[in-house]
Amino acid sequence: MVDTAAAATDTTLLRWIPFLPLAAAAVHGVLLGLVRRPLSRRGTIFLSCGAVLASFLISLFAFAELLGPEGPRVRVDNLYTWIGAGKFSAEASFLLDPISAVMILVVTFVGFLIHVYSIGYMDDDHRDDKGFQRFFCYLNLFTFSMLMLVLGDNLLVMFLGWEGVGLCSYLLIGFWYSDRWNAYCGMKAFLVNRIGDFGFLVGIFILFWALADVGKPTVAFREIAAAFPQIADRMVTLPAWLGGAQWKLATLVGLCFFLGACGKSAQIPLYVWLPDAMAGPTPVSALIHAATMVTAGVYMVCRLSFLYAAAPGASAVIAWTGAITAIFAATIAITQTDIKKVLAYSTVSQLGYMFLAAGCGGYAAALFHLATHAFFKALLFLGAGAVILAMHHEQDTDKMGGLARAIPRTRWVFLIGVLAISGIPPFSGFFSKDEILLTAFGAQSIPGNTWLYAIGVVTAALTSLYMFRLYFRTFHGATRLAPENFRRVHEPTETVRYPLYVLAAFSLLAGFVGFPQVYGDWLGIPDSNSLAHFLAPVLAGGVHDPGVSHGEELRLALFAICAATGGLLVAWWLYLRSPELPGRIMQSFHAFWRLLHEKYFVDEVYDALFVRPTVWISDRVFFRFIDAGLIDGIAVNGAAHGVQALAARGLKYAQSGLTQSYLFLMILGTVAIVGWLLR
Amino acid sequence: MLVPLEHVIALSAVIFGIGVIGAVTRRNVIVILMSIELMLNAVNLAFVGFSRAWANPGGQVFVLMVITVAAAEVAVGLGIVISLFRNRDSVDIEEVSLLKW
Amino acid sequence: MSAGAVLFYLFAGFTILASLGMVLNIRNTVASAMSLVVAMISLGAIYVLLDAYLVAAIQIMVYAGAIVVLFLFVVMLLNLRTDVFPVARSRLPKLLGIALSGWGLWVFLRLLAGTLPAISPAPEGFGGFRELGKALFTRYVLPFEVTSFLLLAAIVGAVILAKRRID
Repeated sequence: MVDTAAAATDTTLLRWIPFLPLAAAAVHGVLLGLVRRPLSRRGTIFLSCGAVLASFLISLFAFAELLGPEGPRVRVDNLYTWIGAGKFSAEASFLLDPISAVMILVVTFVGFLIHVYSIGYMDDDHRDDKGFQRFFCYLNLFTFSMLMLVLGDNLLVMFLGWEGVGLCSYLLIGFWYSDRWNAYCGMKAFLVNRIGDFGFLVGIFILFWALADVGKPTVAFREIAAAFPQIADRMVTLPAWLGGAQWKLATLVGLCFFLGACGKSAQIPLYVWLPDAMAGPTPVSALIHAATMVTAGVYMVCRLSFLYAAAPGASAVIAWTGAITAIFAATIAITQTDIKKVLAYSTVSQLGYMFLAAGCGGYAAALFHLATHAFFKALLFLGAGAVILAMHHEQDTDKMGGLARAIPRTRWVFLIGVLAISGIPPFSGFFSKDEILLTAFGAQSIPGNTWLYAIGVVTAALTSLYMFRLYFRTFHGATRLAPENFRRVHEPTETVRYPLYVLAAFSLLAGFVGFPQVYGDWLGIPDSNSLAHFLAPVLAGGVHDPGVSHGEELRLALFAICAATGGLLVAWWLYLRSPELPGRIMQSFHAFWRLLHEKYFVDEVYDALFVRPTVWISDRVFFRFIDAGLIDGIAVNGAAHGVQALAARGLKYAQSGLTQSYLFLMILGTVAIVGWLLR
Repeated sequence: MLVPLEHVIALSAVIFGIGVIGAVTRRNVIVILMSIELMLNAVNLAFVGFSRAWANPGGQVFVLMVITVAAAEVAVGLGIVISLFRNRDSVDIEEVSLLKW
Repeated sequence: MSAGAVLFYLFAGFTILASLGMVLNIRNTVASAMSLVVAMISLGAIYVLLDAYLVAAIQIMVYAGAIVVLFLFVVMLLNLRTDVFPVARSRLPKLLGIALSGWGLWVFLRLLAGTLPAISPAPEGFGGFRELGKALFTRYVLPFEVTSFLLLAAIVGAVILAKRRID
């Protein structure tokens, strides 16, 4: 069970982890916004990358402290009491426990690599030199928000970070805002996120209300976990206009929070912003929409594992939503031609895997996949960015092909990323994905869990298929470029390449922190799944036992490898061996292909169902009728006209200017008053 | 007292009324000022009457004050009339109706 | 009726006639001023009959002697012998106004009868300069001094108003 009684030691170290990037962002903000003297390129690089590097080193140090001889401890950095109202107080404080330690390492490390990458990538941006500094300012601000999110000791600090990353996502997606489409994509991301945030807030409110009812008004995670058993089984009656049904409190709160996770982590039905978010620069896609921000939902579910462990209904919903999203996004990905769009749908799909694991109780598995996914997805995005740079900002794979000869180094690191995501051993993706599938297979408490497993396997095959499709179409086969353009394709600079190498190394090796026990037994390593053991004290269920025998586990692993290899072979056949086949398949199943290619027309449906009515109501009712008509017309202008009618056409004629009339009226008035007084 | 107090007051009222009519009716600023003086005199008469009726010297003291104030007021008022005449070359009160709508 | 009463009513009549003359005299501003003088002097006589001797003296000296003279100075300065503009209004409001004021006066007088307190006899020396002087310099010394300020202000004001422009 969650070790809520672990003694927390105080420290002042943690605050520097988010505050150093914040300070860098603030300096940029002041220089650009107030003083209007931009920094040189070198200055910006040193300031921003230095801040994140420092953050990473401090995180490393804090993590090392956690691993100290007394075993994992919990460290708290309490800045001050943010809100104090009677019995309730919310502290501005940071919590370092195994979950947040893993998160800050991932965020700062991958964040740092992407900062370095951006030096080379954004160097292209000579349009306005401030763009370079502005980009790093936003990146730093994002890093700060994300770190606040994962380090928060209570729901309010976490929500602050939650909103902050949403804001930075908007700023960075619409970074090249002179193109209106980019701004629109940023807005879409922010608005869809907002819907999720509403769910998050409602969850906080209900949880707080229930806790206050039993006399423990708090929003701090450890205190909520300690008090949670008292309220978990409480029944809540929904109001009449919502159906009036009775819900278990844990389930209700769990679903509300999950809605927030759907928004932030792009699950059905709130995933629609992520593919369009590719309008932002590629480092943004890598950092925010692959490695960090979209993982906030997964982190939140794991952080509240005690809640979901007590809410099997909500957990089932999470698992099924994750699985369906995974396969749904995978089917779309196999038809897309834009590099970044394929990777975007791939991200949605892999996030689905994480939620599948979390719903089935494998919180450590979800976090494991979160970490490995951060590495290989960032690698894939940055690699795609290198390709885009090499192709002089061309993103359509229809126009690529045969690039392996021109940019070999990029090709090798990209291949490593593809192998990792497809789940080919011994790359990291294999171990994390396998653990998820194992968890799903053994989750007896979730109805239809074998189907979940089946969906997971099919999705794994599809993942392998579309990723290798992408790889082959980009790097292999006959080139679709004109010869003179092909000669202009060249490798990117060092600052772009070196982060790729580092990420490739981690994509290969990171899997071994979660080395399954079944292989560990072969090699004689006790407790080989270091990550699961490290996270056990703070996750519900401790070291999750999927309840699957070793023999079965090996069979399932083999099955997964076959699925992945199968996908690879199909991709090889379709795109290398017989390149005319895909065209013929497309023709034969044209309607079906069209459905997938157009993303199941979800955007169009949302537009008709939600966007247009909202715009219509806003324009016709709220703007024209109420604002312009009622408020402006009647209240404001009407009042003015009324006064004008009264004064300008009525009362003003009393001012005749004739002294004697005034005198006469005064006398009349005096006589009247005196007469009344003497009555 | 020689005559009933009511008669003195009645006389005061009549003179006051004549003064009011003059102030409201005439167009010559100087005549208006003279009518105002007449009104003040009527009030003085009432004060003197009451002072005599109740043997209170305060009434007559007040009359002295009124006379003083009347003198001061006439001085300033006629100064205004002179300025007015310099600007408009007329002492018609209807000439000074600029504060109309 | 005693001789004093007869004199009172006589001077009352003079006052009324003179004031009417002042108000109704349209053509000649100087004649209006002269009528005003007559009214002032009649009032002064009435003050004497009401035992207000000092007040009567001051009335003649200040009002008839100074104020009306001031009026005449201004009339002559501005050369306003004749008043060429009539009271150009129709007769009906005038008659109506007169009738109304007459009625108002009658109502006022009817109300007045029987509401005033009884008369007390006047002490020796009442209204003379000795008695009035005593009151003025003991009980009413503050208004007396303040009035001097008022006169100062009036002097300054009058000088500035009537001054010719220096430029």
